[in-house]
Amino acid sequence: MRLTSYLQEGRLTIALTGEIDHHCAKKYIDAIEGKIEAYMPNVCLLDFEDVTFMDSSGIAVVINAMRSVTRINGKLHVCGLREQPLKVIRASGIDKIIDIKEGAL
Amino acid sequence: MKFDNYMVLEFPSKSANEGFARSAVACFAAQLDPTMEELGDIRTAVSEAVTNCIVHAYPEEIGTITVRCRILKDQILDIVIKDKGIGIADLEQARRPMFTTGGAERSGMGFTIMETFMTNFSVTSEPGKGTVVHMRRKLQRRK
Repeated sequence: MRLTSYLQEGRLTIALTGEIDHHCAKKYIDAIEGKIEAYMPNVCLLDFEDVTFMDSSGIAVVINAMRSVTRINGKLHVCGLREQPLKVIRASGIDKIIDIKEGAL
Repeated sequence: MKFDNYMVLEFPSKSANEGFARSAVACFAAQLDPTMEELGDIRTAVSEAVTNCIVHAYPEEIGTITVRCRILKDQILDIVIKDKGIGIADLEQARRPMFTTGGAERSGMGFTIMETFMTNFSVTSEPGKGTVVHMRRKLQRRK
């Protein structure tokens, strides 16, 4: 798991890297929750540009991020999804409740 | 059943093996010259099935997971993923989207994704004996 983040004008960008599966999902979930609680952003952007693979564990990562952001009345956006992660997200139906920005930033 | 090629993998139910299993199956499938999308679908479905074994079949212990792949005629990749874990008492409930006994870290979408991404999908289970997931994916013949 590797994760980088930066805060700019109340917007927290968290970039995820590599493959997201059950093996590393818990670490991602906890790290993202920690960042959101520490920075209290109005908007949190999950950047998937460098995520080369995810299974349904990635859906749990996105849903948990949304829970954390909603708790502090913020908004969550997901961006940079490659074809494979996007297909998993669409199959799960969470694209109907989460704002997904097509392509990179 | 006639087949052109096969491989069998056996490994303990450690989560570090999720990546190994899906990559190994993808490498085996490579001889069928799949598209990137087909390969992604296969990797995803295998990852879901193996994760189920690790999380649900062997919740308290490390058990054995077996993955068998065969190449059948007409570009069909046949995958069987088997465990000897606790089994699933209510299969209908387990297959329902968003249903999970795995807590907040899980999404309950594993079976839905396997069904969506593969051409054929079936699961049989016996409580106390284990679970067998059988999937097939027909790959496009590239021009």
